[in-house]
Amino acid sequence: MSELFADYAAAARKTPAFDEMFDVGHLPRTEYGQVAAALDELNLADVTARADSMARTFLDRGVTFDFAGEERPFPLDIVPRVIAGSDWDVIERGVAQRVKALEAFLDDVYDKMAVVSDGVIPRRLITSSAHFHREVSGFAPAGGVRVHISGIDVVRDQQGIFRVLEDNVRVPSGVSYVLENRRAMAKGLPEAFGQQHIRPVEEYPRRLLAALRKTAPPGVEDPTVVVLTPGVFNSAYFEHTLLAGLMGVELVEGRDLICRGNRVYMRTTAGEQRVDVIYKRIDDEFLDPLQFRADSVLGCPGIVNAARAGLVTIANAVGNGVADDKLVYTYVPDLIRYYLGEDPIIANVDTYRLEDAPAREEVLDRLDELVVKPVDGSGGKGLVIGPDASKAELEVLRAKVLEDPRGWIAQPVLQLSTVPTMSGGQFSPRHVDLRPFAVNDGDEVWVLPGGLTRVAMKEGSLIVNSSQGGGSKDTWVVDGEVRGPTVADTPQERSVVTVRERTSVWPIETNWQDKQSEQQQQ
Amino acid sequence: MLSRIAESLFWIGRYVERADGTARILDVHLERLNQMPLAQQRETSKQLLGVMGSRPESDDIDLSDLLQALAYDRSSATSIAGALGAARENARRARETVSSSVWESLNTTWYGLTQHRKDVVGTYRFCHWVVERTAMVRGLSDTTMSHDESWQFLVLGRSLERADMTARMLTTHDVHAAGLSWVNMLRCAGAYESFLRTRRASFGDQQAAEFLLLDRLFPRSIVYALSDAEKCLTQLNPAYQRVGFINDASRIVGQARTFLEFHQTQDLMSELPEHMERVQKACARASDAVSRTYFSQADELSWVGEVS
Repeated sequence: MSELFADYAAAARKTPAFDEMFDVGHLPRTEYGQVAAALDELNLADVTARADSMARTFLDRGVTFDFAGEERPFPLDIVPRVIAGSDWDVIERGVAQRVKALEAFLDDVYDKMAVVSDGVIPRRLITSSAHFHREVSGFAPAGGVRVHISGIDVVRDQQGIFRVLEDNVRVPSGVSYVLENRRAMAKGLPEAFGQQHIRPVEEYPRRLLAALRKTAPPGVEDPTVVVLTPGVFNSAYFEHTLLAGLMGVELVEGRDLICRGNRVYMRTTAGEQRVDVIYKRIDDEFLDPLQFRADSVLGCPGIVNAARAGLVTIANAVGNGVADDKLVYTYVPDLIRYYLGEDPIIANVDTYRLEDAPAREEVLDRLDELVVKPVDGSGGKGLVIGPDASKAELEVLRAKVLEDPRGWIAQPVLQLSTVPTMSGGQFSPRHVDLRPFAVNDGDEVWVLPGGLTRVAMKEGSLIVNSSQGGGSKDTWVVDGEVRGPTVADTPQERSVVTVRERTSVWPIETNWQDKQSEQQQQ
Repeated sequence: MLSRIAESLFWIGRYVERADGTARILDVHLERLNQMPLAQQRETSKQLLGVMGSRPESDDIDLSDLLQALAYDRSSATSIAGALGAARENARRARETVSSSVWESLNTTWYGLTQHRKDVVGTYRFCHWVVERTAMVRGLSDTTMSHDESWQFLVLGRSLERADMTARMLTTHDVHAAGLSWVNMLRCAGAYESFLRTRRASFGDQQAAEFLLLDRLFPRSIVYALSDAEKCLTQLNPAYQRVGFINDASRIVGQARTFLEFHQTQDLMSELPEHMERVQKACARASDAVSRTYFSQADELSWVGEVS
């Protein structure tokens, strides 16, 4: 191996985590063969030059996230994360299954609540969820889909088994980095692309647009789709512009929209234009000041009533937050069995429900060994990792848990799998997670091959969020090797190179008059 | 297209042209200023700032204050850096509408703003770089965007600002005690060679001013820029009228252009300030009229009652 991997084996032995690139004998796994060969050819200067050029491209193209009012480029590591095609097929089925179950659950929760009367999940758990919105109960959304876009976070435990860490069915973000990372990697590590088939990601915007159009309110012939953004100061603004641009639809802010007679219009230079499908990238609480926060200036008044009247499709539907509540998460395997009659394909991470007295007591005894998370948080906010926390922090946490046991869950500290990552002049193991993105058009759930791999840039850190110093990796789903160049069997099949007439030029050098004058001038 | 986006495009056009024009003016005047005694330099700097529309903070400003105000001050929309920053910020808001190469070149330009020495020599290079970068933005927007409504707004903003900038260039003629030489005036607009080729015999202030004001074929002349703006306005609102114009902006721009074209005078130079005043006012009024017509509809978030 190259000198850049010199200290890798020693560093990997320090953590019990599963390493995705090397097996226990420190040999690259099959799916990493090509990547290992490509990296082997590089020295430190090569890697640094390539990393610099990738970072520069990101800055010029404006691939940034907004952190405390400042645009920062999203760090992309040069080593891709590779997943074997056979492993991916399992994730794909597992994610699709989960999305279907959550879809059925949401339909039920905002309707008859059969799941409660059948005793699968307690009623108070649903009604006490912060994101259970009574404002949207009692009607089916136009188009019949609630979870158009989802991001089901998956991690790999010490044995290398994939487990679901959490569900995101409100406003999952990060897909733009998947698209941009692939573009950047094709230029940054071209050697690794040639000999193998990497499943492409660029069809995402097309799939998304098709799904959004398909779920338009019935009777609309050529639906107008828009992306609704909170504005330029949102941390994911880059993603909103990219998706709107790649789908070729308008990117609107709340102030561009107007509701009239339960229909939604946008203000254009040619007057008002009807909007049929809204890809909503703002939180439910800000969507409609008539229904939710009255002080919101990001939303558009009347939009929820328009959805209730079935005259506009909102994707994802309002009120989805109840399904990615982390306490509901502990019931998802039961929900899969209840709604689909199947066994879950990807398991959950073991989780303690702190409302059960025995579980709570056990957790409070072992606070310093566990991870405790708020049930409605996202982006790693409010999460406490027991072994890393100080005594005082744990005491504060203990008080909070006792005060509101419904608000928290606890999980064992999971040693996320590691992938080599450039750091301080060499490759060393860093922990990663994975967010596959799924698009649901009502008939079929399509899972983007790969998804977003986030990586904790600090050694030993388990927190991968970009707001807390995380970076990303391009994620490749690899289907074996491409066999050598195919030689055409018959001469007819060989491609024929046609030579065109020579390109037109003004023949100064062959013109006899010029020639003559050239001689005389000398 | 969305009114908000149209407005952003209009302003991208204006800001990019403003950065270009300011860089050209600064470049030429800097040369003159360097050769003056200090007292005169101060006086001239102050007047130059006035023409470019920024108010000097204190009474005694020196050359570095002038450079700061016209080139590097990011907080003011009359400086080059400020205008390019504003153009980039508008492009960021309209990012899915402009082509990615236009956005990228504006973004790269913005990041490049800090990479220049802020002394006199550095400023020459800076001005040159700005002229190049803005030419690139213009070229990319012309060749990579569809010439639809969105592009028309961009060009409309560009043409109005160009007329305004040329008017300012001509106004700066009077800033110097002895007057800016007509050669420099033409160089400001990049019009020197074109002018020489058109005017075979008569060279002079009068002819140079006439060229920048009235030439029908030179793109940076005021008449040309105004008729460009008129074309855009017609494209944006193609409804044909038997009598007059509905569109305020068309009327204002048209009046300004025809006034120049049909005006006959013996002594253009003495009337020049008056003409420039009129052109600049017309540009400002046209810009207001455009935003009234296309951009501002029901400014506030309003809830319209349900009628069903």
